[in-house]
Amino acid sequence: MNDKEPKELTFEAALYELEETVTKLESGELALEETLQLFEKGQSLAVLCSSQLESAAMRVEMLTSDGEILDISAE
Amino acid sequence: MVRIDLLRYSENTMIPHFEQYGLEDQVWSVSDLNGYIRELIDIDYRLGELQVIGEVSNFSQAKSGHAYFTLKDDSSQIRCVMWASFAKRTSIVPIDGDAVVAHGRVSVYEAMGQYQLYVERLEHAGRGDLAREFEQLKQRLADEGLFDPEHKVQIPAFPVKIGIVTSADAAALRDIRTVLKRRWPLTSVLIAPTLVQGKEAPAQIVEALLWLDGRNDIDTIIVSRGGGSMEDLWAFNDEGVARAIFDATHPVIVGVGHETDFTIADFVADLRAPTPSAAAELAVPDIGEMAEHVQDLNQKMVKAVLNSFHQNRVYLDGLLRSLGNLSPRSALDSNRQRVDWLSNRLERSFDRRMDQAKNRLELSEARLAAVSPISTLQRGYAIVKKKDGSLVRSVAHVVEGEELEIHVADGGFTATVE
Repeated sequence: MNDKEPKELTFEAALYELEETVTKLESGELALEETLQLFEKGQSLAVLCSSQLESAAMRVEMLTSDGEILDISAE
Repeated sequence: MVRIDLLRYSENTMIPHFEQYGLEDQVWSVSDLNGYIRELIDIDYRLGELQVIGEVSNFSQAKSGHAYFTLKDDSSQIRCVMWASFAKRTSIVPIDGDAVVAHGRVSVYEAMGQYQLYVERLEHAGRGDLAREFEQLKQRLADEGLFDPEHKVQIPAFPVKIGIVTSADAAALRDIRTVLKRRWPLTSVLIAPTLVQGKEAPAQIVEALLWLDGRNDIDTIIVSRGGGSMEDLWAFNDEGVARAIFDATHPVIVGVGHETDFTIADFVADLRAPTPSAAAELAVPDIGEMAEHVQDLNQKMVKAVLNSFHQNRVYLDGLLRSLGNLSPRSALDSNRQRVDWLSNRLERSFDRRMDQAKNRLELSEARLAAVSPISTLQRGYAIVKKKDGSLVRSVAHVVEGEELEIHVADGGFTATVE
């Protein structure tokens, strides 16, 4: 069980947990209380994934001859 | 030219020591002469490291691994020897008639009075030989297992950071950036720029790979350059580059040249891409597809929960229905029966309880009796009291002639102390 706060998760981790949550919910073997809890968690995971997809801005850096790492995202 | 150089050397006292060659008589022994000539040649820095182009003839390789051949041009030739340690490392096996460039030094085989070229590295000089060199290296590395599928590592599905080895100002980098940004802007990119053709390119490519591979924030490495001729792409056929790709701990995608170009780097890569753009596409997922997938999962989730509620509701309804199945008449009848049955149970239960209570009482009585004074007395003990009623527990409590009261189990009497 992942104890991290959803906002710390990478997209990959969040997606994986979301898929597991859906599988559990679809199994139909849960008590009502559990169902509701899982649903809430699943919702926040889905929101996290979607917001990461929407707000993504690719960062580009390059190693210079002096050994520095320069941000060239704008170029 | 040589004369002038010798004069220069003598000014700097760099010439071999005359004395050791026993020149008092100015008659040299052969050994001394050859030794002197050898020293003369070994001193010359230009002969210490050079490249000679020529045609191979009389090539032979001894069991020891040492290779012997002659290099010649239109009017001259020179004997060559390549020690086994160097011959093993070279990627070409020359045959007579080949045009080669030999890297090495000139020295003298004293015993034979022969100056020779000691070759350390050989490469093909002509264009057509490039293809053969390529095939030979490819075969050698394949035999070593460098291209085996078992060694290929899976490319991560969602890389957080991608390292790129490529030229800083060429189209390949622009193409890669465009594709990555369009498909998966969640990733970030770190470029280690290098030359991608020419003599210095292989070393730079290896260095860039090592640097990226040594970092702990990289998930995938792309090695890439745009299209070109066989010579242009030659750096990616370099053995050092191939080994660096093989040894890299991170997955490496190679996208060099066009679809039909295959370099050694392509064979040793964890994943080969036909072009730089294709390399970028293979490195990341598509954002549109992922967004749809998340939506899909969301919908599935909602459906599953609604379904769950529905199921629960159905169950509840079922319960209520079966309860309602009891009609009023049948309810009354069954009530009567129920009362009888209940009262029976009650009686039986009461009886049982009474028995239990009786048992407990008897038990307590027995215990009580065991510790009561009455039973002690019954066993023959007596209670002795003074006239004032206090208990006599010790002989010290009584005096001669005193009257005492003795109590036994069934009564009491007086007694006088003697």
